[in-house]
Amino acid sequence: MPAREGTYGLLAEFETPGDLVRAARQAHQDGWRRMDCYTPYPVEEAAEAIGFHRNKVPLITLIGGLLGGAAMFGLETWISVLAYPLNIAGRPTYSWPAFIVPAYEWTILWAGLSAGFGMLALCGLPALYHPLFNAPNFRDGATTDKFFLCLEALDPKFDLHETKAYLGEFKPNSVVEVNY
Amino acid sequence: MATREVKPNDPGIDPATGEFRVIGPGQTFRSITEKIAHIVLTPHTPLGWFGIFAIAGGGSVMLMVALTWLFLKGVGIWGITQPVAWGFAIINFVWWIGIGHAGTLISAILLLFKQGWRNAISRFAEAMTIFAVMCAAMFPLIHVGRPWLGYWMLPLPFTMTVWPQFRSPLMWDVFAVSTYATISVVFWYIGMVPDLGTLRDRSQSKIAQYFYGIMSVGWRGSARHWMRYETASLLLAGLATPLVLSVHTVISFDFAVAVLPGWHTTIFPPYFVAGAIYSGFAMVLSLAIPLRKFYHLEQLVTERHIDNMGKIMLVTGFIVAYGYGMEAFMAWYSADHWEAFTFWNRAFGPMGWSYWLLITFNLVIPLTTLWSRKLRTNITYMFILSIVVNTGMWFERFVIIVTSLTRDFLPSAWGTYRATKWDYMTFFGTVAFFVFMFLLFVRFLPMIPMNEIRMLLPGAKIKPKAAVEAGD
Repeated sequence: MPAREGTYGLLAEFETPGDLVRAARQAHQDGWRRMDCYTPYPVEEAAEAIGFHRNKVPLITLIGGLLGGAAMFGLETWISVLAYPLNIAGRPTYSWPAFIVPAYEWTILWAGLSAGFGMLALCGLPALYHPLFNAPNFRDGATTDKFFLCLEALDPKFDLHETKAYLGEFKPNSVVEVNY
Repeated sequence: MATREVKPNDPGIDPATGEFRVIGPGQTFRSITEKIAHIVLTPHTPLGWFGIFAIAGGGSVMLMVALTWLFLKGVGIWGITQPVAWGFAIINFVWWIGIGHAGTLISAILLLFKQGWRNAISRFAEAMTIFAVMCAAMFPLIHVGRPWLGYWMLPLPFTMTVWPQFRSPLMWDVFAVSTYATISVVFWYIGMVPDLGTLRDRSQSKIAQYFYGIMSVGWRGSARHWMRYETASLLLAGLATPLVLSVHTVISFDFAVAVLPGWHTTIFPPYFVAGAIYSGFAMVLSLAIPLRKFYHLEQLVTERHIDNMGKIMLVTGFIVAYGYGMEAFMAWYSADHWEAFTFWNRAFGPMGWSYWLLITFNLVIPLTTLWSRKLRTNITYMFILSIVVNTGMWFERFVIIVTSLTRDFLPSAWGTYRATKWDYMTFFGTVAFFVFMFLLFVRFLPMIPMNEIRMLLPGAKIKPKAAVEAGD
């Protein structure tokens, strides 16, 4: 369990995405790992700079879609062949072409639900509280027009004074200490 | 508003491309955020909003009255008879669900094609989809006559051990429409989470902070979260694209699988999908034009959007025209007596006026004028045109359903159709309900996706390192 008191990390505020990405790339090269960038819109370069290249959302979506499609096709087959066989104009009870349409819809339904809610789950959301919201400048900027780099206290390289000076070299607008 | 002359020094024109700008000049991250968030967070609701809300609310009450009377008396209060058992309920169902399709097209298909201009209109087009699907889904449910037995359409294990019959297109409809509604809501909500975070951070009142705080699930804009979010958005777009094409295809199967002349044709799926997108874009225009004027969003929903939507309507309108032409051609080429008679009856029978009305409203007026860029960027003209096309598309469904059903194979089975006041009250009631829901949406949720608009601003791109070192 991570510590729940004391310092969460140091938060540097930048004016442009370019400044943020340069700082994040440098910090990652210098060996920082417990770090994250916060931006008001998706900045792909920021994720690459902190070494985050792949995510599991596509895999979850694929599994959800396959399960949904198979479940619906199986349900239709079970209903039409075993549970409630009906003679519809002499067609076979296992008339699979007709079963494709609902199975197709359920493939999309469960793939979509898996993509949406799987994404939130992988992000650890909902998480209504986060220490970053304590930073005085975070809530005004991170969802509007400022770009943030946070070096977290859990990183072995973290030292309150040295790290503060280190972040200052990137010429941010400000560096603030974030507490739990 | 008069037609704007296209001048090279017009600030609304991008000099590099000669096209209208997607965003008006001089906007910053903060200015667009404040502009959009202010509409929602202001304590002063515009008076005009209350006025329209009252009218739409009154119309929704009329819908409740019509539905209450329907549940008390049964579907006999409507104009449906034998042979026209479908009537207004199914016409309205097909019309409403078609309108929804443009929202998904804008939010999903244009996203996959990387059409950046769509960003400003995608959120309220998606909202339009959801409310249109809500209106649409009402009709089959109330049309079954005993809506409290609607759950029989679902594959549920209940004591009678009766199960649905999966060879029927009507069953396929249940799954197509319910999936469409669910995925549209998920796509809309997931897309809104970052913007709800912005509203949480900008709201002053305690209630708003709680409301948007919970709705935004604690979004904080982490780079890792954004990457997953972008992946999920693309995947949802990729899933919604085949979904939206399948929904109206399945609805067209309700007709095409039947043996009735005028319905039993293979052109129906593409023709229905194109017609759906055509009427949907008309509805997006009907909503966008008053909205941008009322909330002064001309800098965000620019002439470029109106122009591009006009072009899409031109394309889909021609596909619809091809559908009409092919119906006429097949009536002759099939050498089928009943097909030929049905077509003749559509154009020159007792309800021929409705066929010529739809030809005028869907083909003659839009497809001759939408070629002109001057008219496509004339806001007043486009608003009137959008109403014309929506009316025309409603009559298309009227013609397909009523003329085919009133003239069956046997003259002894022929009949006529006349809607009652309850039919009209239900239809106009859903229109009012749609406006009612839409007004709540623009008041309480961000109608333009702020995070996507930010990506279109000039400062959003990261400059290459060389340019920075050169002191740029």
